[in-house]
Amino acid sequence: MKSAVIVFPGSNCDRDAHDAIERVTGHAPAMVWHQETELPDGTEFVMVPGGFSYGDYLRCGAMASRSAIIPALRAHAERGAPILGVCNGFQVLTETGLLPGALMRNAGLTFICEKAPLTIENGNTQFTSAYGGQREVVFPIAHHDGNYFADAATLDRLEGEGQVVFRYANNPNGSARDIAGITNARGTIMGMMPHPERAVDADHGGTDGLGVFESLLGSA
Amino acid sequence: MTANASALSQDIIDDHLPPEEYARTVEILGRAPNLVELGIFSVMWSEHCSYKSSRVHLKKFPVTGDKVIQGPGENAGVIDIGDGQACIFKMESHNHPSYIEPYQGAATGVGGILRDVFTMGARPVALMNALRFGAPNHPKTRSLVSGVVAGIGGYGNCVGVPTVGGETNFHSGYDGNILVNAMAVGLADADNIFYARGAEPGQPIVYVGSKTGRDGIHGATMASAEFDDDSAENRPTVQVGDPFTEKKLIEACLELMATDAIAAIQDMGAAGLTSSSVEMGDKGGVGITMNLDAVPQRETGMTAYEMMLSESQERMLMILKPGKESVAEAIFRKWELDVAVIGETTDTGRMLLKHKGETVCDIPIKPLADEAPLYERPWVRAPKRETILAGDVAAPQDYAEAILTLMVSPDLSSKAWIWKQYDRHVMADTAASSEDPSDAAVVRVHKTRKALAITTDCTPRYCQAGPMEGGKQAVAEAWRNLTAAGADPIAITDCLNFGNPERPDIMGQFAECVEGMAEACRALDFPVVSGNVSLYNETNGKAIPPTPAVGAVGLIPDISKRGTFGNLAEGDVLMLVGESHGWLGASLYLREIEGREEGAPPPVDLKVEKRNGDFVRAQIREGRLSIVHDLSDGGLAAAAAEVAMASGTGLNLAHEGELPLHGFLFGEDQARYLIGATEAKAEAVRAAADEAGVPLTVIGLAGGDALTVNGEWTVSIEDLKRVNNAFLPALMGG
Repeated sequence: MKSAVIVFPGSNCDRDAHDAIERVTGHAPAMVWHQETELPDGTEFVMVPGGFSYGDYLRCGAMASRSAIIPALRAHAERGAPILGVCNGFQVLTETGLLPGALMRNAGLTFICEKAPLTIENGNTQFTSAYGGQREVVFPIAHHDGNYFADAATLDRLEGEGQVVFRYANNPNGSARDIAGITNARGTIMGMMPHPERAVDADHGGTDGLGVFESLLGSA
Repeated sequence: MTANASALSQDIIDDHLPPEEYARTVEILGRAPNLVELGIFSVMWSEHCSYKSSRVHLKKFPVTGDKVIQGPGENAGVIDIGDGQACIFKMESHNHPSYIEPYQGAATGVGGILRDVFTMGARPVALMNALRFGAPNHPKTRSLVSGVVAGIGGYGNCVGVPTVGGETNFHSGYDGNILVNAMAVGLADADNIFYARGAEPGQPIVYVGSKTGRDGIHGATMASAEFDDDSAENRPTVQVGDPFTEKKLIEACLELMATDAIAAIQDMGAAGLTSSSVEMGDKGGVGITMNLDAVPQRETGMTAYEMMLSESQERMLMILKPGKESVAEAIFRKWELDVAVIGETTDTGRMLLKHKGETVCDIPIKPLADEAPLYERPWVRAPKRETILAGDVAAPQDYAEAILTLMVSPDLSSKAWIWKQYDRHVMADTAASSEDPSDAAVVRVHKTRKALAITTDCTPRYCQAGPMEGGKQAVAEAWRNLTAAGADPIAITDCLNFGNPERPDIMGQFAECVEGMAEACRALDFPVVSGNVSLYNETNGKAIPPTPAVGAVGLIPDISKRGTFGNLAEGDVLMLVGESHGWLGASLYLREIEGREEGAPPPVDLKVEKRNGDFVRAQIREGRLSIVHDLSDGGLAAAAAEVAMASGTGLNLAHEGELPLHGFLFGEDQARYLIGATEAKAEAVRAAADEAGVPLTVIGLAGGDALTVNGEWTVSIEDLKRVNNAFLPALMGG
């Protein structure tokens, strides 16, 4: 599968994303600088990595969502090709409007880094199909602004349409309805605060995250 | 000179240059220095930059060895970790600024130490921190903890380098002066390391990074003075950190370092543009001419004095090979960073500064850098304290209660409230961090099976009780922690935090700690490759406990063979490596249970330390141990409690013999480890111990869900966890 990782100034999980994709697909993704205006030809999957794009001195992801590469990302989304945004990447996707809702400051106001037990709410997405019957996974989280918010009607719709993909077993950040990860209505774009790319290696963070990338590989 | 400048000159002379040092500047210049020159002399000769009180003692450290590529004197130390790879690391204090403005003080401490490491060509891969706060009930403690932790996290998390470990102590001795020591560790190719030396005449001097503002002016001199009640007025001397710019600076510098453009490079830390240019000029043996009009400035109307003394963060100064300016410009522009050619190197040996068409400084560099004052300050040895063994101390009424009291004490309690605020996993190579049952943090060398083991250690109450043994112990404990993680210890960095060196007793603490550390470094083949001295940690005449923090790095050849203490299983045989004499002097038990801070610290026998450690490391590599944990604060009881909490399996300890039970449980004799192995493997371990002449005692069996002692005293794992997790959440308000 031909993939790409978008790199903003301040992205810091770009290498982690690169290595996870390479480990699972066997192919290194293209690293696409934010000032590019096109994705490499034939890009099938795009990952928007975690970090602090532009330092997140403004609202997290707000500056990045106005980058030169974003129109190309939108076009990729319109084609129905898969996009995964993790942590800051999730924030960027909500800021671009590609995913509904917003990520607010954690309810406890501090940065939280811990291993978060999650439930897979929808195992039939192209991001979770490889998990089979497995419903419980542990991914690391590391964020200051992961408190997912959307209005009640949006939350009802997300839940009703199977767009809530991951929920926290012990809500760490105040997220509405314990939501940790969602897809868009078409199921082609997923955003999540926990880091599957930091859980693809038994020596570091466990291997629960492999399924996300294996699912994508299987669906490509 | 204007009237204002003249008044400022007089202030500098009064506050920062003792009469003999002022006289020396006049002698060097052959005339009275102007304001800019006074500023430059005063920061270069400040304690912080010149080590004028400590240099004579620091010479005692062993600084060379098979694996040392670069010892002290550069931005950071460099060691060889094989396969053409090098590890670059250093620890540094940011104590004074962190007390005055905790968030920015701690944040810029992290930023500064990161720059020291990537300046040399390393990609930073791990951060550590050693923190000492005042008594929990001191009115400032809570806000200082909150600010320092947020500052460390705010900077490290954003810049994308994992904060993998550290230590935190609380003691009333730090009420007026907290300690914030940050350590950075990076990886580089051994054949692509960058130094401050290497400049030749006729090369362009290039400024990159953030613009220069008025922040931090005279920060280095502030760090060279005691505090008093008005110290909060120093807030304008604390710098402001911008981790986003630092992240861009790391990437841009590493990108430039992959080309052949740089002759010499130095980050702008303490004393900013002054020390960076003087050090490169001095080490390269070249003169420096700079046009200050070309310096990127954040504010209008900055004077030459302000620019030379500003400690604005996230700036680097480099000397490029001629013709490479455009290579650097393209890279720094891509990363949206300022880049400007501000001068060139010369063959005059002088630092010549021009501003608005006038020469504002003309100083010969050699005497400025090399002839900094050197003081052999008078010092006295610390009085010897008495030996206190278990027989001299009443046994507790209730051993279970005593164990719980220790585990809820600030020094032993869980620091999860702190480390949960640090991203410990970014870069995807962290095998063990603060949350994991490992005596050292373990960070894999990217894309290999090798790993670095990293620890920071110091037991200030030992250093207070006996600076020489305390200094030895700080080094020995670091060595022991790396060993217990399964690593070959390689080298250390240090951060020597003390009070006012002008007082003979404080200077004595310094001299003795250094002597003890040096002895341990030699005996354990554990050289010092970088370090930092922070003196004047004192408020209204009250000094901090002597705190020579040690940061140490070792190498685990194969990450699958490392030591941990979270895998104890039912039926495992528990063994104690090393001899126990029930040493309670200066112990945590004596302080927390008896309320006494008395007695001499436990003696450190370095030969025994090495023998026992080498034995334990070999057992780890043979795959014989299910758990291994070093014994330190709180002795066997604390180690056993930590193993029980981490494993979820109980330990049933049995003790008989002459040594009183509270000596067995709480004594802090050195060179000891608690290990566990299956019954089958325990046999092999015992045989190996016999062969190596290592004292090894079977002390019980694993099983159940409690820590029990002689079948008589029981503390459930649930209770241990409850009390151990109580302190910080309660202090910090949930």
